[in-house]
Amino acid sequence: MSSVKLPVEKFRLGMLLGDTRYRSTTVQVIAFIIFVSVVFWLVDNTVKNLALLGKDVDFSYLWMRAGYDINQRLIPYTNDSTHGRAALVGILNTLLVAFIGCIIATIIGVFVGILRLSKNWIVAKLMSVYIEGFRNIPILLWIVMIFALLTEFTPAPRAFKGADPEASMIFFQSTAVTNRGAYFPSPVWGDGSVYLILIFILSLAAIFLFRRYAKNLQEETGKNLPKFWISLAIFFIPSILFYFILGGPVSLEYPYLKGFNFKDGIYVRNSFIALTLALSLYTSAFIGEIVRSGILAISKGQTEAASSLGLRPSRIMNLIILPQALRVIVPPMISNYLNLTKNSSLAIAVGYMDVRGTLGGITLNQTGRELESMLLLMGFYLCVSLCVSAIINYFNRSFQIKGL
Amino acid sequence: MSNISFVREKEIPQSPPPITESNAIRWVRQNLFSGWLNSLLTILSVYFIYVCLRDFIPWAYGGIWTANSIRECLDINPDVACFSVIGARWRQLLFGFYPTEEYWRPILTFVLLFISIAPVLIPRFARFFWFSLIYPGIAVWLLWGGSIWPVFSIYLAISLTGLVFFLAKNKFKLSSGFSFTAAILFFFLYFIFIAGPFIALFKYILPINLVLIESLQFGGFLLSMIVGFSGIAASFPIGILLALGRQSDLPLVKMICVGFIEFIRGVPLITLLFVASVLLNYFLPPGTSFDIIIRVIIMVTIFSAAYMAEVIRGGLAALPVGQHEASAALGLSYWQSQRLIIMPQALKISIPGIVNTFIGLFKDTTLVSIISLLDPVGLASLIRADQKWNGIYWELYVAIGLMFFICCFGMSQYSQYLERKLKTDNS
Repeated sequence: MSSVKLPVEKFRLGMLLGDTRYRSTTVQVIAFIIFVSVVFWLVDNTVKNLALLGKDVDFSYLWMRAGYDINQRLIPYTNDSTHGRAALVGILNTLLVAFIGCIIATIIGVFVGILRLSKNWIVAKLMSVYIEGFRNIPILLWIVMIFALLTEFTPAPRAFKGADPEASMIFFQSTAVTNRGAYFPSPVWGDGSVYLILIFILSLAAIFLFRRYAKNLQEETGKNLPKFWISLAIFFIPSILFYFILGGPVSLEYPYLKGFNFKDGIYVRNSFIALTLALSLYTSAFIGEIVRSGILAISKGQTEAASSLGLRPSRIMNLIILPQALRVIVPPMISNYLNLTKNSSLAIAVGYMDVRGTLGGITLNQTGRELESMLLLMGFYLCVSLCVSAIINYFNRSFQIKGL
Repeated sequence: MSNISFVREKEIPQSPPPITESNAIRWVRQNLFSGWLNSLLTILSVYFIYVCLRDFIPWAYGGIWTANSIRECLDINPDVACFSVIGARWRQLLFGFYPTEEYWRPILTFVLLFISIAPVLIPRFARFFWFSLIYPGIAVWLLWGGSIWPVFSIYLAISLTGLVFFLAKNKFKLSSGFSFTAAILFFFLYFIFIAGPFIALFKYILPINLVLIESLQFGGFLLSMIVGFSGIAASFPIGILLALGRQSDLPLVKMICVGFIEFIRGVPLITLLFVASVLLNYFLPPGTSFDIIIRVIIMVTIFSAAYMAEVIRGGLAALPVGQHEASAALGLSYWQSQRLIIMPQALKISIPGIVNTFIGLFKDTTLVSIISLLDPVGLASLIRADQKWNGIYWELYVAIGLMFFICCFGMSQYSQYLERKLKTDNS
């Protein structure tokens, strides 16, 4: 028995790079050293620069008096409030634009995406023009253009004055569109409106229960109730009925002209309308493309199989195509919502006070705390986007085709 | 036999199809009026198009090109476009405040740009790739001016470093690691000891100078192009490296890449541009301050590199794992298999995403107007601030929008063409 003697390998320095056993560790150690030294260099520079300028890192300015006004606010704020509260007002304004923008963008985008697939040549071409037009022109240009449109082509409030005014209110004399903004009627909550709201919530719950019942019924007996119409009836009828039984507790307060401006009603500034509209139109073009490609991604065999089973086109869409297409559509759609939220930081172009305008704008300039303000601002946007990525990941996990 | 009456002996001559089935009418029936919903949509669309064009066409077609101010325009005809502003200010919209007598420089740079991207886009010219490599230097020298020798010296440094690496590896048979270290060492030594005297010497012997242009004189589409194209060119390789890092097996490298990508993608570009304009000086050694355009380019590059990395990662993830395994089985090293097997396929899959990122980057160059650089959108408000043109909106916006549309739409059409051309499977 002669045993083969393996040559004992002695460790050489070159093996750190040449030998696969050590290489990954070497590379990582080098990467780590470079990373740490870059970070150290940046922090060191910052500390030196701050010392040179005689500044320090201090967030206490957030609790000091802000001293400036914000024209659009969702929570009470005066110029005696703190910088922190101003930042909060800005955050809420950003979220408001993002929320409303996402809703409008989704509605328009889904329509545009489906219509672009229409067999109708003119409609399909029109939607292509819409999509290409909005996708290929910068969002900033759209924001300033729509703002200019709203301020240039709408009448001043005094045009509504007089016996024979140049301009008139729209929607049954309820809404005034002026070059300062739009005035909508505002609801007045009278006695008993609590009950009405309660009834409305109850009818929403009833719709939910009814749909579950209808689904169970269909699965057990195959009987198919007209779900849509019954839901619609439950949505409207009880609320309307009780509105009259309670004697009309909720009424609308119309804006009216007093002096040279409108009074009462809900006043929405042009800056807000322009920003929201531009963001949602721009994003809707992207959503339209996502919806279209999502529907096209479902193979034609699915449609053919469904129609050979005897399903009507509308049911094919609802039961076969959309559930599968949603899996493709939703993740990029959410990331487009995120883009909309980030693009809302362009509010400064029309003077809307979002978080970049308050915290990253006036507060930054007044206090001279660039580093702290920018850190907080980036932190806010980062939080929003990390939350949204968490949602996307959750969605991807829960909608994956099981067993693949 | 043959007199059975009901047998037709002669063939009926072919009759033309019924009028409703002839080409144009059938097309209209099938495409536009196939049902009540479809007919309604058609009528609505036609009406919509009519409403849009009814006001726009007379406005644009009758536009006044010769007036000297918006007053004169309004005097001639207040209902039509006043394109005179474009006639009067097109130089600014294109070049910003670049000196008029030096316009040949950006124009030459622009022409050379096409020559330099030809080798990348058209395989037949691939052997002229060296020009694409030296183009950035030429462009910087042409646009900013000054002496040619600093630019030349940087290129000399890079080629000499390459030479040192090559010699160390092949002549002196050193391992790659040591050759690499030697080359890097040489690179720094060159800049410490040789570059200064070299530049001074050649400036004295052979002064080739162009008029120096300040960065603040750049503007208009020239600025958009500079920021856009430098960002595109620089973000592509960085994006590939980040994507590879994110897919890597090395946990630490992966962590750094993921952190970087998620951070950049999580914040709006405008905050990064603000960092470039206000904060960057904090992060650099005290006393350094460099050009605002370069700062903007750095931020734009970082921004789009993160997006590029995600797009390329999508392409990498779409490749079947068998490709990695097969290339490993052939004995290819990591970089070889990336270069020869993985990347060509992954990049092909991600072409639409890459081009979309480019288009997004190009559109985002308008954001520099918010940190008061004079890109076209910034110039539009500047021109409006002039008393002669105060009150002009649409003419400028239409012109700027059209320019952007042509560039971006062209890019997206090219990407679709490329996608079709490179398609090798049958699906």
